[in-house]
Amino acid sequence: MTTAEILWNTLAAILTLCVFSFLIKDNPLYKFTERLVAGVAAGYWTMLIYHTNFTDKVILTMQNRQLAYIIPILLGLAMWTRFSKNYSWISRYPIAFYIGISTGVSIPVYMYTSVFKQISATMVPFDLTYAGINNIIVVIAVLCALFYFFFSKEHTGTFGVISKIGIYTLMIGFGAGFGMTVMGRVALLVQRVIFLKDYFIALKNYFVA
Amino acid sequence: MKKQIPIYFVLISGIVMLIQYFVPSEESEWLFTYANDWVIVVGIFALALGIWSLLRTEFKKLKNPKEAFYAGTLLFGYFIMVFTGLKREWLEAGHLHMDLFNNILIPIQATIFALLAFYVASAAYRAFRARTALATILLLTAFIIMLRLIPLGPISEVNQTAVGWILAVPNMAAKRAITIGVGLGAIATCIKIILGIERTYMGHD
Amino acid sequence: MIKENAVDFWDKVMNLDRRWVYLSIAIVVIIPTVIPFQVPVATTPEVKKVFNFINRMEAGDYFYLGIDYDPSALAELDPMAYAILNHAFSKDLKVVVGCLSQFGVAMAETRLAELSEKYDKKSGIDYCFLGYRPYPAIVILTMGVDFRVTFPLDYYGVPLDSLPVMQGIKNLMNVKGVVDITAGNVADFWITYGNGRFGFPVALGVTGVMSADYYQYLQSGQIFGLISGIKGAAEYEELSGFETTGLASIPYQTLTHAIILIFIVMSNIGYFVTRGRKKR
Repeated sequence: MTTAEILWNTLAAILTLCVFSFLIKDNPLYKFTERLVAGVAAGYWTMLIYHTNFTDKVILTMQNRQLAYIIPILLGLAMWTRFSKNYSWISRYPIAFYIGISTGVSIPVYMYTSVFKQISATMVPFDLTYAGINNIIVVIAVLCALFYFFFSKEHTGTFGVISKIGIYTLMIGFGAGFGMTVMGRVALLVQRVIFLKDYFIALKNYFVA
Repeated sequence: MKKQIPIYFVLISGIVMLIQYFVPSEESEWLFTYANDWVIVVGIFALALGIWSLLRTEFKKLKNPKEAFYAGTLLFGYFIMVFTGLKREWLEAGHLHMDLFNNILIPIQATIFALLAFYVASAAYRAFRARTALATILLLTAFIIMLRLIPLGPISEVNQTAVGWILAVPNMAAKRAITIGVGLGAIATCIKIILGIERTYMGHD
Repeated sequence: MIKENAVDFWDKVMNLDRRWVYLSIAIVVIIPTVIPFQVPVATTPEVKKVFNFINRMEAGDYFYLGIDYDPSALAELDPMAYAILNHAFSKDLKVVVGCLSQFGVAMAETRLAELSEKYDKKSGIDYCFLGYRPYPAIVILTMGVDFRVTFPLDYYGVPLDSLPVMQGIKNLMNVKGVVDITAGNVADFWITYGNGRFGFPVALGVTGVMSADYYQYLQSGQIFGLISGIKGAAEYEELSGFETTGLASIPYQTLTHAIILIFIVMSNIGYFVTRGRKKR
């Protein structure tokens, strides 16, 4: 590692340890890193949006005389009226534009992706093979879990039994989710430990060399 | 003017975009592409609004001696990134702007989330108890899933098969039921918004 | 006397201070740094499908790689991005890289700079880095029709029309498929607005937290492959031979999982012992 890389890594390692200090208790070092990262993130975002979005989609479109883009630019500027007490209602226009477009395009695709495709994938052939038996389990489990979410009828009698199977199915789903979550969270810690290990090895090698 | 026109705006644009899906023509595709692209342009201004709002709040905090140091820290971080990113090419690898990103933002954000490993272990220890049949099922499923990362010889092979089955059969069924429910809910909400029944996005007068 | 001591022990187990749990995790997670060891990783069919997708493409074939994650998920997702990009560049595939997460851009740029140097690849000739646009769902919809409308210029400010790599590539329908590596609801958007609206093949690389939520899409064919968390990343590394921290993380995962499982078992034994005593 070069001297510059060692210095950068030292900064990263110090900041890492500052954040870990929160495990003992909340302290000024942690608060400092928390505020620093918020500022750095906002600063990074500002320049990214300016150079690659505002320049390409606003300045360039105007330079190229793509006059139709005046409409979204005016709508975008209207968002800024939110700071005015008297004119904040104007900001409803761009919001309405965004909401209208996004809801309109969403209805058919949600219907297709989350409802039709999911239902058709559940309607699979049953037989007494391993896959066939699994298909039967899937159909029963999906139906029971859907029944569990039906709250317009009291969950008693046969309906109660069905919804009970439904909640057991959901619990398996949540348990699987938790098991995977542990792996995910541990991975985040492990990455930081590996970073610190590599840093200390590099530091030792730098000074020994 | 203040409320009715935006509602009609939503109604018309929503219905037009809905109908567009069923009309495969060049004009329809043009409308679809540019309407969506316009939304992105509006979004760029909305993002800038968020940044402005953050800066305004932090500058106000500077006046309060108790909050001044931390507000100053945030503003220091903000302006150092702005000044090191003034040119477009400075956003490329090897420049100071990117070094600051890689050595300040990445370690802090990654470590803040790494703290969750400790909390998830503590939560598992305190809350994962077989108090009821439902809790036992949750516990057992998570236990089997977690066990797959521990090499136990022949038991591991059986466990891998069990994990594969749990994820692909009962877990999949549970998530499918949730997906169908969420999908129907999203469609219902979209229809309510287009018809002007749901108006919370407009805020208050 | 022994019985009383045992009861005291389980009482203590039940009321253990959370900082002891933290300390145990901290000690256990350091062990593999001092005593390195390896743990075998079994590959799953869902990861093999993503590997085969990249592996079966021929030199010059296109695919879209979405780097849609923040530093908070870097630990799990960066090894996937690294292995997939290495795999693609080593096979001379053409890659269109895009980001629907604002912080993903810097990480994508860092990886592209590193790997393009390693494989002598040029931006605009061998790959195209589109950069970032807000509103992921809308961006996916417009990329499904025309890249150039949403991204008139690439990340480096070069017009897409002037890039040799983008000649003949109009939209996402012209690539062999999409591999999206993400830590948020962008995965849902790729399924709903990408595969749902346009029908192009999508595979996902997601965090462990999210992975159990995508098996219904795998079974229905809406996604053709799924890389789940750090284990999935390790599997891809094992299959492709391009390693960063995926496989290296597994021994740490093994020990940490073991201690968490021991804690769960202890807490349950303690619960039953103390509950039995309370009942009596």
